Amino acid sequence: MAGHGDLLHVVTADEISERRRTFGRLLVWGSLGLMVMTFAALGLAQSGVIELDFKDWRPALYAYLFWATCLGIAQVVLHGEQGKRSLFILPATLFVVAMVIFPLIFALGIAFSNWNLSSLEGRSFNGFDNLRQMWGDPFYWNALKNMLYYTAAILVEYAIAFGLALILASNIRGRRFFRVAFLLPLMLSPVAVSWMIGKSMMETRFGPIARFARWLGWDRPSFFGDPEIARATIMMMDAWTYIPFMLIMILAGLQAIPREIQEASRVDGASAWRGFWEVTFPLMLPVSITAILIRVIFKLKLADIIINVTSGGPGGATDSVTSFIFREYRDRSNVGYGTLLAIVYLVLIVVAITAFMKLVNRWMNPKYLHG
Amino acid sequence: MAELQIFHDSDVDLRHRAKHFTGRVVIYGVLLVWTVICLFPIYWTLTTSFKLAPNVMQGHLVPFLDFTPKWKGWESIGLSPRLIGQESTVREEFLKRFTNSTIAACASSMLALILGSMAAYGLSRFQYRFGFMRNPDISFFFLSQLILPPVVLALPFLVLYKQLDLLDTRIGLILLYTLTVLPIVIWIMRDQFQAIPVELEEAALVDGLSIWGAFIAIVLPIALPGMVAAFILSLVLTWNEYFFAALLTSTDAKTLPVMVASQTGSQGINWWAMAALSASAILPLIVIGILLERFIIKGMAAGAGR
Repeated sequence: MAGHGDLLHVVTADEISERRRTFGRLLVWGSLGLMVMTFAALGLAQSGVIELDFKDWRPALYAYLFWATCLGIAQVVLHGEQGKRSLFILPATLFVVAMVIFPLIFALGIAFSNWNLSSLEGRSFNGFDNLRQMWGDPFYWNALKNMLYYTAAILVEYAIAFGLALILASNIRGRRFFRVAFLLPLMLSPVAVSWMIGKSMMETRFGPIARFARWLGWDRPSFFGDPEIARATIMMMDAWTYIPFMLIMILAGLQAIPREIQEASRVDGASAWRGFWEVTFPLMLPVSITAILIRVIFKLKLADIIINVTSGGPGGATDSVTSFIFREYRDRSNVGYGTLLAIVYLVLIVVAITAFMKLVNRWMNPKYLHG
Repeated sequence: MAELQIFHDSDVDLRHRAKHFTGRVVIYGVLLVWTVICLFPIYWTLTTSFKLAPNVMQGHLVPFLDFTPKWKGWESIGLSPRLIGQESTVREEFLKRFTNSTIAACASSMLALILGSMAAYGLSRFQYRFGFMRNPDISFFFLSQLILPPVVLALPFLVLYKQLDLLDTRIGLILLYTLTVLPIVIWIMRDQFQAIPVELEEAALVDGLSIWGAFIAIVLPIALPGMVAAFILSLVLTWNEYFFAALLTSTDAKTLPVMVASQTGSQGINWWAMAALSASAILPLIVIGILLERFIIKGMAAGAGR
C-alpha cells in the first residue's frame, strides 16, 4: 500500500520574524494550557473536590476543538508556507487521534474494570477478573471459532466473484445491464436484507425460498434450526451482499490487463483453461489479494445480519464476535467485560493480518529474486 | 459451369462453431441465473409491499396476474394515495427516521470527503515528518483504521458519549460515521490525486496562486469524479450502518435501519407492512445505484489498480 506519486517540490523562502515566532508559540502553549486546565477543572468537579456547575464533559470537547484550531493557526504563523502544507493533513490526524487513539486508551481502562452501566455503583477496577472470565467463557471461544468459518467462506465467494468477473469481462451483450444488476445487492442495508431474505423469503411456510426447497424435494425446509445449516445460511446471505464488491474489484483488475498478453498466450497455442491458470490468474494475484484482504476486514465486522436474523442461535452456532458482544452488552449492560472481549479480538485480528501480510509479502517477492 | 464449392467448412471448424454456440448458451445462462439471484429479493420486497394476507399465504408472485395490488402495506407507514393528504403519526415517525438517516449519512460522508481529500492530497504531494512518522507511516496510520472492528470502539464510545452528552444525538452519530469511512475516502482520493500530473500545480504556483488556491481551483475540479465516487461509497456505508446506531441512539436520533430492525420481530406475518418499510429503506440507494453505477465502480476499482 505504499506507492508514491510525483511530489511537489517548491522552494519557499519564509522569513519568520522573532515576534511572529513568539506569538505562534504562545498560541500553541496557551491553548494547550487552557485545555489542560479545563480537563483538570472538570476532573476535580467530577470527583467533588471543587464546586463547579458542570453536568457533563462537553467543555472538554470545546477545549479540544479550540486547541486544534489554535494548533492549525500556529502552524502557519510558525512555519509559513511549510505550515500551510501541514494544514492539509492536520485536521484528519487530529480527528483520528481524538476519535480512535483516545477512546482506545480509554477502552484499556474500561477493559480491566467491572462497570455495569445500569447499576448506580459506577466503575470498579477488578484487575484480571475479566480476562479470567473470558478464558472460561465457552461462548466467546465459540464465536471466535465461527469467525474462522465465516472467514474461510470468503474463498468460495472469491471463486464465484472471479467466475462472474471473467464472464463480464468477456465479449457479451448488455454488459451495463448485468453490471448494474450484479451491483445492486451491495447497496442494500444488511438490516433490510435480514428481513427480506432471512425473515420472509426463508420463512418455512410461505417464503418463496422455502417453497422452492420443497419443490426441490426438501420436505420440511428449515434454514435456522440446525446449527450447520443456520451457519451456512448466514454465510450465504452475507456472501450475497458482498460478492458484488469482490466482483467489481476483480473486474477492474481484469480490464487493466493488456489484451496482448492474453492474445499472445492464445497464439502460442494455450487452451483457454491453461491461458487462465498460467497468464490471467498470476497477473491477477495482487488485485486478488487486495480484494480478499479488504473482504476479510469487512467480514470481521459481520454482525448486522446475525443480530437481526438469528441473534446468535441456535445455541450460539451463528454467533460472530461482534454480535456476541452486542448481546452480552444488551443482556447484562456490563461495558467492562464486553470491552475486554473486543480488545482481545482486536489484538487477534492485528496479529493475524500482520502475519498474513508478511506471508503474502514473502510469497510475492521471494528472496532469491532479489539476490 | 459446375457449381463447385471451393471453400469448405471442415468438420473441425463446424465443431468449433457448435462449441462456441453452447459456450454462449452456458455464459448467458449463468448471467441470467445470477441476475435472478440478485434481483429477486428486491422484486419480492417491492411486490410484497402491495400484497394482502391471502396473497402472502398462497405465494402469489406476479402483480395484476396473480393478485391485485393493494396499498395496505404502504398505509402502515402512512404513504399511500389515500393517506398522503391526512395527518398521520406513523408517517411522521417514519419521516423522522428517514431524515435522521439522510442527515447522518450525507453530513458524515461530506465531512469525511473534506477531511479525507485534504489528507490524501497532502500525502500525495508533500513530504511530512512528525517525529518518526514519515509519509508511508502516516498513510498506514490512516488506512490501518480500516481493520479496527466497530465493536472495539462501540462500548467506550457509549461511555464517552454519555459523559459528553452526545448520546442519542445526530452529531455523535455523524462523528462516528465519519471515522468509519475516512480511511476509504483517503484510499480512493490518494489514488485520484496521484494520477493528476504535478506540473499542473507547478504552473498554477508560477502563475501566482498559493498552494491552497491551486488545490481548490485546479486540483479539486479535476478530481471531482473521484470525489463523487468516494462520496457515494461513503453514503452507501453510512446509510446502511446499523451497529453504532443501535447502540448509541434511542429516541431522537434513531435511524432508519434501527427502525426496520425494531419492527422485524413484532410484525409476524404482516409482511406487507415490513415489506413497505424495507422497500423504503432500500429504494434510495437502489436509485443511486442505478443512476450512478459508473462512479461506484470507479471508486471500488481505485483499490484494484495497485
